Amino acid sequence: MKSTFTRALISLSLIAGLVASASAQTSLLNVSYDPTRELYQEFNPAFAKYWKAKTGEDVAFKASHGGSGKQARAVIDGLEADVVTLALGGDIDAIADKGLIAPDWQKRLPHNAAPYSSTIVFLVRKGNPKGIKDWGDLIKPGVEIITPNPKTSGGARWNYLAAWGYAKQLKGGTDATAQEFVKKLFANVKVLDSGARGSTTTFVERGIGDVLLAWENEAYLSVKELGPDKFEIVTPSLSILAEPSVSVVDKVVDKKGTRKVATAYLEYLYTPEGQDIAGRNYYRPTDKKVAAKYASQLGKVNLITIENFGGWANVAKVHFSDGGTFDQIYANK
Amino acid sequence: MSGATATLAGHGGSVSSRYEDSSATREPTWVKWTLVTISLSFFSFFLLLPLFAVFTEALRKGWDVYWAALVEPDALSAIKLTLIAAAIAVPLNLVFGVAAAWSISKFQFPGKQFLITLIDLPFSVSPVVAGLIYVLIFGRQGWIGGWLMDHDIKILFAIPGIVLATTFVTFPFIARELIPLMEAQGKEEEEASIVLGATGLQTFWHVTLPNIKWGLIYGVILCNARAMGEFGAVSVVSGHIRGETNTMPLHVEILYNEYQFAAAFAVASLLALLALLTLAVKTFVEWQAGKSNNQSDKEE
Repeated sequence: MKSTFTRALISLSLIAGLVASASAQTSLLNVSYDPTRELYQEFNPAFAKYWKAKTGEDVAFKASHGGSGKQARAVIDGLEADVVTLALGGDIDAIADKGLIAPDWQKRLPHNAAPYSSTIVFLVRKGNPKGIKDWGDLIKPGVEIITPNPKTSGGARWNYLAAWGYAKQLKGGTDATAQEFVKKLFANVKVLDSGARGSTTTFVERGIGDVLLAWENEAYLSVKELGPDKFEIVTPSLSILAEPSVSVVDKVVDKKGTRKVATAYLEYLYTPEGQDIAGRNYYRPTDKKVAAKYASQLGKVNLITIENFGGWANVAKVHFSDGGTFDQIYANK
Repeated sequence: MSGATATLAGHGGSVSSRYEDSSATREPTWVKWTLVTISLSFFSFFLLLPLFAVFTEALRKGWDVYWAALVEPDALSAIKLTLIAAAIAVPLNLVFGVAAAWSISKFQFPGKQFLITLIDLPFSVSPVVAGLIYVLIFGRQGWIGGWLMDHDIKILFAIPGIVLATTFVTFPFIARELIPLMEAQGKEEEEASIVLGATGLQTFWHVTLPNIKWGLIYGVILCNARAMGEFGAVSVVSGHIRGETNTMPLHVEILYNEYQFAAAFAVASLLALLALLTLAVKTFVEWQAGKSNNQSDKEE
């Protein structure tokens, strides 16, 4: 009996001490938001090849994805990202506020440090059974909307602002009518996930809701991955120019000695090769030539920009701070 | 000894047959079978069906895809990290659980009730909160996070954080399993051993440990199952770095979110297999405990 016991103990503790093998290779951690998984899975090997050819050094990549706000929070709390490629400048500002990134980060790279852009579109079920054509259709009774939570998701903030912008440019539109419109929209929201990919899964896999407010690239990817026979993309009359921004995290790259390769990594996003990969993944390239090549695959849409709202600092304060307009809308839902 | 192990396996067989034999306590046949049918269909629907679904989905694209999903570097790293976390958390809780159960059941001391409450704390606190506690302590903005950063000690978003979170949520399993057992046993046997001249350590090895061993193993099994399956607390402290700080449950979520359903379910099936294995070991332990119980009954 004793032997049974001993054997039981041994079999339970058979998990030997496994030691992680440390590699001397340079490794970059890219902390990104939800829908960029496929983009960077394609981009990383391309950059590694380019960097090897240029310097002879090998570079490996680590990736972390999640809701943009949540990811920024993790970097602030100590996640050692060499580069952040987040959904919006506001989230990088939040990291910069804590002194991890230089305040002028947006000026260090072209196009406000946004190498590609995207916008917000609607994903509806095949045949568009609820007849959703534009933002106005979303606030009709009985329409169930899926969007992530603007408190944690960058994409959701763009959703929110696009809806606001649409309502404000209507005849007689003011901030007050826009707030009323967005309030009605959120009253129709069925599930509020923490990140864009979670919302897509809710809509696509779990089959909840009539319309998903989605990143354009996320919507096209869903249709491609899960079948054009199930979903349709509706491009609204007006949407917002979403500029996912990128930056090196100064505190981390200086400590790890990876500034050079991290900077080159982000700069490579702006090269024709990098832009081409962005285009293939349904982002809107900033390079005019590459953009023209992919223009036909994306819908035409009138775009307002974050500047219409006075920039991210102002937006963060007015709309998404504690007690801001989103809180007012959602608390009184 | 017999009374104690009865909590594990008991005399289930003999008791129920005694009830069935007596007309005073016998239920009509239809009541018996209705109850059996209800509970069986309930468990099939809520337990077996999902289990079946996991394996069907995992194998939907064939064995090649299944195997590829498990030997892919990120998956291997997730499996490895899960094993490391369990290999540290379980022994820690083993030592702590035995010590705590010992002090609570054999000694009287002020603050005993408080210690029992503390042990139960991880059960009553949401795992997410458990994770956030560590962010508040070890995060860059946290109490000692700044100091740790300056000295290049990584806890949060690295393996130590994951081990800490796992240890926290699995705290109560072993202690909770042992306390009622040891309380029921009392301290007569230990006292006898001491009176006969054994040292404290000898008493522990030769008297206490044999008495509690099946309860202990049972606690270790439960503790291990939870350690490997924990999602919430680990998710908060992980940072979700692929191939580095993802455990198996986190890896499943990532794969699922990347539309790699077959791969996600393949890794999930590993966790399900672990559950089945746990169940098998648990049944074996109960059977062994029942056997040793009967033996000691005969000896008496």
